[in-house]
Amino acid sequence: MPARELSMAEGINEAIRHEMRRDPNIVLLGQDIGAYGGTFGVYKGLFDEFGPERVRDGPLAEAATTGIGIGLAISGMPTIVEIEFMDFITIASDAIVNQAAKMRYFFGGQMQVPLVVRAPVVNRLSMGAQHSQCLEAWLMHVPGLRVIIPSNAADAKGLMLSAIRDGNPAVFIEHVRLYASKCAVEEADVPIPLGKLRVAREGRQVTIATFSGMVKPCLDAAANLAKEGIDCEVLDLRTLAPLDREGLCASVKKTGRLVVAHEAVKTGGAGAEIAQTALEGAFDYLQAPIVRVAAKDLPIPTGKLQDAVFPNSADVENAVRTVME
Amino acid sequence: MSHNQPSTFNFQLSLDTLLDWYERMWTIRYFEENAVSSYRKGLFGGSTHPCIAQEAIPVGAIAALAATDQVLATYRGHGHAIARGLDLKALMAEVLCKETGCCGGRGGSMHVCDVSKDFWGTNAVVAAHIPIAAGVALANQLRKNGRVTAVFFGDGATCEGAFFETLNTATLWKVPLVLICENNGYAMSVPTKMAIPLENIAQRADGFGLPGVSVDGNDPVAVFDATKEAAARAREGGGPTLLECKTVRWERHSAMSAGKFQNEEEAMRWKTADPIPRFVKTLQARGASDVALRTRQERAKRLTDEALEFAIQSKDPQPETAGDFVFA
Repeated sequence: MPARELSMAEGINEAIRHEMRRDPNIVLLGQDIGAYGGTFGVYKGLFDEFGPERVRDGPLAEAATTGIGIGLAISGMPTIVEIEFMDFITIASDAIVNQAAKMRYFFGGQMQVPLVVRAPVVNRLSMGAQHSQCLEAWLMHVPGLRVIIPSNAADAKGLMLSAIRDGNPAVFIEHVRLYASKCAVEEADVPIPLGKLRVAREGRQVTIATFSGMVKPCLDAAANLAKEGIDCEVLDLRTLAPLDREGLCASVKKTGRLVVAHEAVKTGGAGAEIAQTALEGAFDYLQAPIVRVAAKDLPIPTGKLQDAVFPNSADVENAVRTVME
Repeated sequence: MSHNQPSTFNFQLSLDTLLDWYERMWTIRYFEENAVSSYRKGLFGGSTHPCIAQEAIPVGAIAALAATDQVLATYRGHGHAIARGLDLKALMAEVLCKETGCCGGRGGSMHVCDVSKDFWGTNAVVAAHIPIAAGVALANQLRKNGRVTAVFFGDGATCEGAFFETLNTATLWKVPLVLICENNGYAMSVPTKMAIPLENIAQRADGFGLPGVSVDGNDPVAVFDATKEAAARAREGGGPTLLECKTVRWERHSAMSAGKFQNEEEAMRWKTADPIPRFVKTLQARGASDVALRTRQERAKRLTDEALEFAIQSKDPQPETAGDFVFA
C-alpha cells in the first residue's frame, strides 16, 4: 500500500482506529475524548465510529480514571487513557507507578496490564510552569513501564501499534508542537519494535542523541554544521524504556563523540542515563567529554522568558563545536 | 455493635453452611496467629497486617458472592484470600516469601493473589485498588457477563482521593461494584473520630448518589445479608453500594508497627467484641453440637499448622528468577 502524508496526530489516530477495529475489547478513557475528539483533536472521528461505550468520556479524575483503565486492562480489555497534559500525570502517578508497572510482577505473572497512557507534552507555547514539563525521566526510572516518545507521524503510528500490541503498561509521550507536522506514513499497519532507535541522519564525526521535540532542532543544527565541515549523526531514540543502548553505543563507537539533547530540564534528565550508557559501553572510543543540551533547571516561565530556558538548535551547534575542539 | 448478642438469624442458611463459616473464621484466626508468630520469630521480613477479630466480614461477605465474582482486597487481606478459598499452603508460603507461594514468593504478605479463584489480589497502597476494582466491574458491564466485583478497604481509605473519585465515576456509570468498608476504628494509630467527621462512614455515600449501608461487621450473617442485597442490586444494573461493616482491630496496625494506640480499658472492651463466641451462640441456637463445633475448630487449627509447616519447609525463590514476570 502507498504512503501518504499524515500529521503526527493523524498517525496516532490511524493506529488507534485500526487497532480498535481489529480488537473490539479496546477502550479509550479520558476527559473531552468523546464528541470533542480529545484535548488536541487526536481522537477525531473515533467517537462517531466506536460510540460512547468504547470512547468513554469521563469526569475530571485522573487518579480514578487511570485506575479504572488498569481494571479494564487486567480484565483483558486493552485501555488507552488520555491525560490532557503530561504535567497532570502527577495526579495519576500512583496508578501508573505503584500499580500498573508492578502488578504483573508482584502477583507472579498472574496478570497482564495492557494499558497505554497518552501524555501530550506542551511547551514553548507560553502555557507556564504547570503545562510545559517534559517528565519522561521520572517514568524511565520505574521498572515495568514502557516509555515511548516519537518525533514524527510515521514513528508515532508504528510505535502506537506496538504499544497496544505489546500488552504491557506504557506511557506514550506526544509532543503537541509536532501534532501538525506531516510526513509520509504507510497505510499498512507496520509496528515499529520498542527499543530500536532511528538514525535520522547519518554522519561520521559526532553523534547527537535526541528524541521528541529536539529531533528537528538537532537536524537543523547538523545541516548548519555540515557547512562548516562537521559531519553529525542524529539518533532519534524513539523509546526511552527500553532504551536502545546497543544502537547508541554502536554510533558512539563510530563517531567517538556524543552530544545529548532534550527539552526536559538537565538535572536528573534522560540525558544523564544516555550519557552514562555511552560511558559504560563505548568509553574507549570517546575522544571528547560528553555534552548535554537541555532546558535550564527552572520552572518553565511564560512569554519571552521561555526562550531563555529551552534549548534551541544554536545550543546544539555550540555543543557539537565544543566536543569537536 | 452489640457485643454479647448472637449473630443475626437467617434460616435460609443451613446449619452446615454456617458451620463452614465457623470453620473459615477459625482458619483465618489461626492463620493470622501463625503469620504474626512467624514474623516475630524472624521467619519473614517486611510486615504482616492481621485481620484478627475482623473475620466475620470476609467470611460473610464473600459467601454472599458468586464464585465468578471478582474480589479485591487490601494488605490486611489474608482473611479475604482464605474466605475465597485460596490454597492455605500456597498462601502461607507467599507470606513467608517462598517459591511455592501463590505469587512465587515475590509479593509477600501484602500482595497475595489467585486469579484462578477470582481473587484479584491484595494491594498495599491505601485506596489504590478501589478504582482498579471499578475498572474490573466496568469490564463486566461492557461484556454483560453478569459478574459483580467486590472491593474491601479500611476506614482510612475513605479519606483518600482515589476513593471519592471512584464513588463518583462508578456511581455515574452504574458499574456492578460492591464497596465494602471495614471500619475497625483506627487508621494505623489515628482513631476514626480524629479523621472522619461522620458517625457512619456509610454517610459518605449520600453526596454521591449511591446507597450507603452500615452493618455490624462482627456478625457474619448481617454482613452476608447486606452484601447479598448489594450484589443483587449491582447485578441488576442498579450500580454500586457502599457497605460499612463496623468492626474492631485487636492487633496493632501491622506486626512491625511501633507505638501504642489504645488504652487498656478500650482493649478490654474490644476483647469482648470477638465475633467468634457470638457466632457460637447462633450456631448453638440452631442446634450445632459441641462435637461439631470442636471438630471444625480443630480442623482449622490442623490445616493452618500444616500450611505453616509447608511454608517453612519450602525453598526460597531462585535468585535468577528475580527478573521474571516484569513484562508479558
